[in-house]
Amino acid sequence: MAKRDKPLVRPLSPFWQYQIWPSMFLSILHRITGVAMSIGAVLLVYWLTAAAMGPDQYATAQTIFACWITQVALIGFIFSFCYHLLNGIRHLVWDTGHGFDLAVARTSSYVVIVGAVVLTAVLIALFFARAGGAA
Amino acid sequence: MSQGNLRSPLRTVLGLGSAKQGAKHWWAQRVTAVGLALLGVWFIVSLALLDGFAFGAVTTWIGNPFNASLLSILIATLAYHSQLGVQVVIEDYVHGALKTISLMLSNFLHVIVGVLGVMSVLRIAFGVAA
Repeated sequence: MAKRDKPLVRPLSPFWQYQIWPSMFLSILHRITGVAMSIGAVLLVYWLTAAAMGPDQYATAQTIFACWITQVALIGFIFSFCYHLLNGIRHLVWDTGHGFDLAVARTSSYVVIVGAVVLTAVLIALFFARAGGAA
Repeated sequence: MSQGNLRSPLRTVLGLGSAKQGAKHWWAQRVTAVGLALLGVWFIVSLALLDGFAFGAVTTWIGNPFNASLLSILIATLAYHSQLGVQVVIEDYVHGALKTISLMLSNFLHVIVGVLGVMSVLRIAFGVAA
């Protein structure tokens, strides 16, 4: 058999044909932010339980919330909330059968990403201005 | 076999294939999503407008009957929606016996988090907290 000059370009498995940006990226991020908020719900309930147990327990909770690791996590949860909310609305619109055209889906993905970042910045500014850093 | 049922009796016995509960799961996810969109915005805006996070300010806010009611509904809806979502994630990535164990564990944790959250809100609202 004669040797080929260049290898045959055969179709790849579907997984490698999908374009990651933007649709796939947003889809994965929706899942990641959802799971993140499931973990965040534990922190939210811890906060409520500490408040229900009295001032001493709440003081302990406040030192935990003031820790920089928790603060970073809180910023992550705020972004997760904003993103999951906006992309969730996008999903609900899809459920009505609208917005599936490629151009529309592209535009809505950019609106969701930019909107989530802006909303997150606004909320963080509000929280840190009001709470003096200890959100 | 009734007309239109294409599953073999063996499949029915083994419980494989569609369990015919997908629509309920799908719809519950949408209903809780709409509820959480409204309650979530209310909660995050309320928190952002709260005058600091001192014990007194927080318990006074939670203790308000209107806030306590919405918070309880928020926690219950959140636990339900989270359970539905985590269930799908587990079903996608975990297989075999570990899947069953993970799903069970997830259900237990979601019930605990939900009940603990509502219980805490009620305790503050009814003024049992010191």
